[in-house]
Amino acid sequence: MKVEQISVFLENKPGTLEKATRVLKDANINIRTLSLAETADFGILRLIVNDVEKANKVLKENGFQVSKTPVVAVEVPDKPGGLHSIMEVISKEGINVEYLYAFVEKSGQNAVIIFRFDAPEKAIDVLLKKNFTVVPGEKLYEF
Amino acid sequence: MIYNEEFETLPREALKALQVKRLQQVLQRVYHTVGFYKKSLDAAKIKPDDIKSIADMKKLPFITRQDLRDNYPFGLFSVPMSSIVRLHASSGTSGRSTVFGYTKRDIETWSDLIARCLVAAGLTKNDIIHNAFGYGLFTGGLGLHYGAEKIGASVIPMSGGNAKRQIMILQDFGPTVICCTPSYALHLAEEGKALGVDMKSLKLRVGIFGAEPWNKVMRDEIEKAFGITALDLFGLSEVIGPGIAMECLEGRNGMHIFEDHFIVETINPQTGAVLPEGEEGELVFTTLTKEANPLIRYRSGDVSRLITEPCRCGRSHIKMERVLKRSDDMLIIRGVNIFPSQVEAILVDIEGLKPNYQIIIDKVGALDSLELHVEASDKIFSDSGSVKELQKIEKRIIKDMKDYLGIAPRVKLVEPNTLQKTGPKVIDKRHF
Repeated sequence: MKVEQISVFLENKPGTLEKATRVLKDANINIRTLSLAETADFGILRLIVNDVEKANKVLKENGFQVSKTPVVAVEVPDKPGGLHSIMEVISKEGINVEYLYAFVEKSGQNAVIIFRFDAPEKAIDVLLKKNFTVVPGEKLYEF
Repeated sequence: MIYNEEFETLPREALKALQVKRLQQVLQRVYHTVGFYKKSLDAAKIKPDDIKSIADMKKLPFITRQDLRDNYPFGLFSVPMSSIVRLHASSGTSGRSTVFGYTKRDIETWSDLIARCLVAAGLTKNDIIHNAFGYGLFTGGLGLHYGAEKIGASVIPMSGGNAKRQIMILQDFGPTVICCTPSYALHLAEEGKALGVDMKSLKLRVGIFGAEPWNKVMRDEIEKAFGITALDLFGLSEVIGPGIAMECLEGRNGMHIFEDHFIVETINPQTGAVLPEGEEGELVFTTLTKEANPLIRYRSGDVSRLITEPCRCGRSHIKMERVLKRSDDMLIIRGVNIFPSQVEAILVDIEGLKPNYQIIIDKVGALDSLELHVEASDKIFSDSGSVKELQKIEKRIIKDMKDYLGIAPRVKLVEPNTLQKTGPKVIDKRHF
């Protein structure tokens, strides 16, 4: 049920993000959603793409430092309290969220939240038990 | 003023005779007590008895910093540990650091040498000395301290760092003398200015500076900022510490090398050939009186020139110019000696790092700054891909550098395969 996220190391200077997006464009890779974490010196671009293997390959070939990180995608209704309903379950289980980012589905009905948990397997387990929609990778890539 | 009139003004003929006698004694001693010297003399097919004059010295093999490292920690000691009363050491991880031992008599000798330096700077027991050389394993702080007590001056053992407190003590205790690295003096001047303290109104009269390269421009700047006379002190921890050579107040042109304790030669760093006195070359030191770990023809890596003209102060000892440059890749950053190989060793020891790095040295105000660029290798990134892990690596590099080398760099992780292409391992933007 886990989703593979592509993480790309970027030096914090003009032109590095442009180079990464160009590589993806040239390989005809579509970005489903993304977030950029930054520190004073470097950033990490986190991507959910339609073709994980290909994105991994072309970025590496172009000299980028890439890693694949397992994340969990959860679908909730796009209305007040949507994220909170997940957090209630997660916090009760003592699971920690390292980071998260989200996007709204094309239909506009639901939001998909991408979580990096410290215990992804356990998180999936408890979320499924509470009848949350955990979106599998294959489905998410093709959204 | 001269502290040890008899030895410091010894006529050169007598001085040479004393050097030869002491050289023969030390050679006999190390040949029979230090395995390294026996091996190296045997390999060169030289017996201590073969050395009958200073001119014969060129037959003796050199000892290098690498030899010192190879014999870490105590391999070059010529006395048992029970006779050692003090240990100092350079920065660096195991096997890349060097250790220096002192017997009770070595401490006496060293104190005597520093006493000579301080008196050459015009100091008496009425002076108060603000000693901001680092105390600890570094030889600067304690070396100066013992000599200062020997002449009966009052010493403030400040050590380095904490500029605001230093300035407070300078104002409140009214020291007449300051000892530190030249860049630290400039840093204190800047800090003082920022605090609205008129550094010229302090009681300081003389500054004794050393442990890093500097030049006339810096010296003028220091003299102007504090309203003092700035003098040059030379030392090498390997040889004894500060106190090998000192500029005299009367001459103010080069530092007298205390030749009754050391023999200095200048060599061509490429060929090892001895150069005529006065030619620019690498300085080679031999200790004549040191008991714990004597050095025979130690290649210092410092490039300078000897001055043979007699000095108006009356000392008969030869002088050396301020060190011009290094013959090797040693860097001196805020008075700390660092080799790129030591930095590399630290990076290799950190799990997952490849030693693709670049050292960038610059000045921030008066102080040296050290920036270390390290490539984020596949290993560290692909295992985690997280900001936290990368920052952990950055912190680890800073901590290890600080722990082992005594200096904390600013660390910047850069993209892979970007450093080799852009060239040198070290970029030094400072100007001396």
